[in-house]
Formats: sequence, C-alpha cells, structure tokens
Amino acid sequence: MTQESAYPWREEGATPFISIRNITKRFGNFIAVDDISLDIYKGELFGLLGGSGCGKTTLLRMLAGFESPTSGSIIIDGADMTQVPPYERPVNMMFQSYALFPHMSVEKNIAYGLKRDGVARDEVKDRVADMLAMVELSDFGKRKPRQLSGGQRQRVALARALVKRPKVLLLDEPLAALDKRLREQTQFELMNIQDRTGVTFVVVTHDQEEAMTLSTRIAVMDAGRFMQIGEPAEIYENPATKYIANFIGSANLLPVTIGAKSNAAYEVQHVLSQTAFTVSSDQTLNAGDELTLALRPEKILIDKSPLADYENQITGIVREIAYLGKISTYRVETPLGVTLEVTAPNQVRPKGTGHRIEWDDEVYLGWNTDSAILLKD
Amino acid sequence: MSGSTLGNWLQSRWQSIVAGIPFIWLLVFFLVPFFIVLKISLAESLIASPPFSKLLDWGDGGLPSLNISIDNYAYLWEDSLYVRTYLNSIKIALICTVLCLLIGYPMAYAIVRAQGTTRYILLLLIILPFWTSFLLRVYAWMGLLADQGTLNSFLMWLGVIEKPIRLLYSQFAVYVGIVYSYLPFMILPLYANMEKLDTSLQEAAADLGAKPMAGFFTVTLPLTAPGILAGSLLVFIPATGEFVIPDLLGGGNVLMIGRILFNEFNSNHDWPVASAVAIALLIVLVVPMMLYHKVQAAEARRGT
Repeated sequence: MTQESAYPWREEGATPFISIRNITKRFGNFIAVDDISLDIYKGELFGLLGGSGCGKTTLLRMLAGFESPTSGSIIIDGADMTQVPPYERPVNMMFQSYALFPHMSVEKNIAYGLKRDGVARDEVKDRVADMLAMVELSDFGKRKPRQLSGGQRQRVALARALVKRPKVLLLDEPLAALDKRLREQTQFELMNIQDRTGVTFVVVTHDQEEAMTLSTRIAVMDAGRFMQIGEPAEIYENPATKYIANFIGSANLLPVTIGAKSNAAYEVQHVLSQTAFTVSSDQTLNAGDELTLALRPEKILIDKSPLADYENQITGIVREIAYLGKISTYRVETPLGVTLEVTAPNQVRPKGTGHRIEWDDEVYLGWNTDSAILLKD
Repeated sequence: MSGSTLGNWLQSRWQSIVAGIPFIWLLVFFLVPFFIVLKISLAESLIASPPFSKLLDWGDGGLPSLNISIDNYAYLWEDSLYVRTYLNSIKIALICTVLCLLIGYPMAYAIVRAQGTTRYILLLLIILPFWTSFLLRVYAWMGLLADQGTLNSFLMWLGVIEKPIRLLYSQFAVYVGIVYSYLPFMILPLYANMEKLDTSLQEAAADLGAKPMAGFFTVTLPLTAPGILAGSLLVFIPATGEFVIPDLLGGGNVLMIGRILFNEFNSNHDWPVASAVAIALLIVLVVPMMLYHKVQAAEARRGT
C-alpha cells in the first residue's frame, strides 16, 4: 500500500471513504437534495456550505440515517449504508442544539453510546475519562448540562460524539451557538482534535469564513445541488459562478464583451462604458462573447498618485469608507458608471486625525491581468 | 383631592390587591367550608335541625363547654365497610390511572408528533367533550351500556352474543366511565410536557446506538416523567372521590367512598359521620396532592 496522500482528492483513482451516489431527497413536491454525487476521503474535514434551505442539513441527516433518500445510495468505508438505521451506522453526529440529555450528568452523557454497545464498565470509565481530558472538562464530569456554559456544552457534545470512535463525525453548525471570540478559538480546537483522532469530519455550515478556515475541501450548495466542490483557495480564487464569487467573500462584477486574444490574456470591453481591460484566462473564448469580469476588492490597489506597474488602471472618487481597523473598505465611484469596492490594509498609522485616503479624494485604482477572472454564469 | 389620594393608594397597593383577591376567595370558599365540615365531623349526631350537636354549649352556669368527639372517626375505623370502601376506591382509582396512562401516553405522543393543523384538530378533539355537561356524557354511557343499549344490540346483531350481557351497573362500567371521563386530564399535561421535548434528543439517542425501545426507556420516558406524574395525580385524586360515575354506572354494585358519603348525608342524615368520611378522604389524598404540588413547582423552576 502506498503512503496516504495529504490531498487524496487530487490523486487519480484514490479510493473514497464516503461515497454519495446520485442522492435525491423529496419532501412532497419539494426537492431538498437533487441528484447529487460526492466522494469524501479518509481523514478529510469536509465542509458543506450554503444558505438556509439549500439542502445541506438534509444531506447530513441522510448520512446520519435520520432521513432516507428518495433515490441513490450512500457508501461508507465500502459498506452500503443507504437503508441502515442510525443506531447501526458507524457514524456519529454533533447536533446544532448539542442535544445533550438534560437528565444525565456530563459523564453519563458521554458514556451513553458506549453503554448501548455493551462496552465493559471499566472500559467505559476509562474512555469517558480520556474524552473528558481531551476536551479539558475533567473536573466537570458530575455536572448536569444546564450547569455548563455554552462553550463547555459544545465540548461535551463533541466528546459524546467522538467517544464511540466513529468512522465519520457529522457536525451540524458546530460553532453557530458560540460567540465570535469563542468561535474562532473553537475552530482551531476542532481542527486539532480532527487531526489527532484521524476521524473523517463532515461539517455543515452557513458561515463561509468558518468553512474556509476549517475545511480541507468545501462543497457549495444551493437549491439542493452542488455548485462547486474544491479546496478553499480554489473556490475563493476560481469561483465557478457569480453566485459563488459573491457568496464566498465579495466581488465586483462587471459585464464585459470578449475582444482579441494576446498571449494568455483577453482584451475585454466593459459593456456599459466601453472601457477596455485585459484579463488572463485559460478558457477558450470567442470574440463577442458576453461574460462577467469578477474582481475581488483586495486585489485592487488604491492610491492617490498614479500607479506605475498595473495593466489595468482607472480613476475614481472615494464615496464611502468603512474603517475596520486592520483594513479599510472603500466604495469608489468610477467613470465606468459603477461603484467598485476596494479593500486595503491600513499599513501606515495616520498622523493626527487625517487618513491617507479621505472621503471625496480622487484616487487611482489598478489591478493586474491575472487578478480578475472571467465567469460564464 | 380625596380622589387623587384614593388613586395614589390604589397605585401603591395594586399589587397586594391583585394578589389578595384570590386569597380572600380561597379563604371564603375553601377554608371556611373546610372548617365547617371539620367542626361537624367532631360533633355528635342528633335528631334536630341542624342534625348535630353544637361545638360550644352555653350551659346554665353561663360557662361554655367544648363538645369535641372523635367517635365518628373511631366508627369509620371500626366498621369494616368504610375501610373496605376506601381501599376499593383507591384500587379503582389506581387501575383507572394506569389505564388512562396506557391509553393517554401514546395519544399525547401522537398529537405532539402530528404536523400543522392536524395537531390542533387532534388537540381540539381531546378538549371537545368538555363542551357538553359531564353528567350528560355519563348518561350517554348508560344508554350505550344498558341491557337493551347500543353496544348489546350491536353485538346481538353481529351474532357474537345471543342475549344481552351485563355491562351497566357493574365494576366494568365504572372503569369505562372513569377512564373515559378522566382521559383528557392525563393527555393534556402529558402533551404540555412532551411538546417541550426536543426531538433531537431522541435522534441523539438513536445516533449513539440506542434502538427505538432503548431510546424510549433511557431518554423519552425519564424526560416525560413529570408529565406522567402530573397526569396521574390529576386522574387519581378526583377519581378516588368520584361519586357520579359509580352511582350512575355502577348502581349499588360498586362501593366507592363518594357514594358512602352521599348515603350518610342524604339517607342516614348522619352529618357528623358523613363529614368524618370527607375529612378522612382528604387525609388519604393529602399525600398525592402534596406530591402533585411538588412536581408542579419543580416543573416551574425547570421551565425558567
């Protein structure tokens, strides 16, 4: 057997650990999940990302066995799980509400799954103690869930779901109930635990930042289908559609007409203002095609003096500034007839009250040929 | 000027006034009658009007003498009829409580699990019988269970039986009547309790390897225990003292304490013994009542 790759999905012919094949789920006339297929590999921390009602939770519940698919099959570690009830699946779930049993102590909550499997009492004790140590709650074993803080409950839920050493751990919005500071800290804790246990995680989230930080790969869902599956950077830098470009981060979208090709770049013309830009693209495009130019706000340089080394340059007037501390977001009115969003780090500490760029300043905007991308839909 | 003073007074005191009214209500309509009954139970029976001796006797010397007798209570203990009737009432009430629980629990569960309007229709059907008089509904059961009644006629028409079977004026009829009448009192507290139950808890149990039965006994049942207890006490307490159902459906064949009480008052005109029967019943029921209040208080604490 060859050494396991850290990026099995990049390899040709790697064996998937979870294989979702042509799954459809209907509730009456409503199609929650629409004929989707997906391979997830061992040890992945896979993110299912989408807005509410996109079908991500239904998919997760089908993996857990709470919903059975209308058609299609689910294979986990070589075994067909499609018709297997939840209590016989080698899969555990961490619920969004945590679903801790309120009438049981923390220890009993964690021990619950082991007792159902008839694990010997001494072993239950040891494994519960190990789990409590892992989530740093060793002193809280005798408490009831209601006597814990939100963050502690979240850790108990994680320990309870991991104690059975499942092949797959499903996490439904694992961080949604925590405040921002705790959420960031817990993100790293989750990644750490995933790394140590080697369990394959499937995380459902509506928070794109959370998905980006946590996941090895992300599947972006909308209306029951996958819109794009890929590594976080791939999805961010090469979004497949306008929807994804705007859903993951933000993007300035300009409708353009394709012109002549030179080297690996196309000459394009902004439809509204006829302004010309150059954009590199490895797609084969025909002159006259109408596409959308997508440009991330942080890929545009903003300055009060003309910029030397940028292929694409326009001028504009700053209409709005959102100062966020480490960065500022500017909304710049341009001769294109559109307002572009630009972000820039606040590298220089302003002297006095004035900032480097102020409201109504005339500014120069510039970006490189390979900073923007062309999207078909 | 006086108006504004009154207004100020009302404003500063309205909380105690609002809280005070129900207390006065309970004092007048609960506590006072209770003490009257207690007083009569300690008197002696007389052929007079009212038919009992006075608590305070103003003798010839002008000094009052206190007439207290516990003879009535002693009599209840000595005559085995009363003890037997108390025990029989408790037995019938207990069996009916268990039957209500066995029927009501799945019903409450089904209502909680029903979706949208179905749920409210089912709930309405549980409450609907309260819109007609309790007495009328018991009379309706007489019609159903009588020798020439609906049920017997139907069974004879089917050919299951050749001549009517005795349904009315039997222990069976009393059970049917009590279970029927008190079932909503079991279902409603159970429903209120189950509605609060997070379904993801049952899913979590299944997810952790509990088969449906194991999940029910380890998660659902313990979490619905307060509802079970509340419903059981709401059925058990009034069923023990039930009078109308054993009287109308049980005839003379079923001894329950409510009937004894009625007979002592109306047939024997022995008010003191009747009062003693009532006080003794109250003492028998004090334990479950206290239990009920404890459960309610615990539920209220948990709810907040």
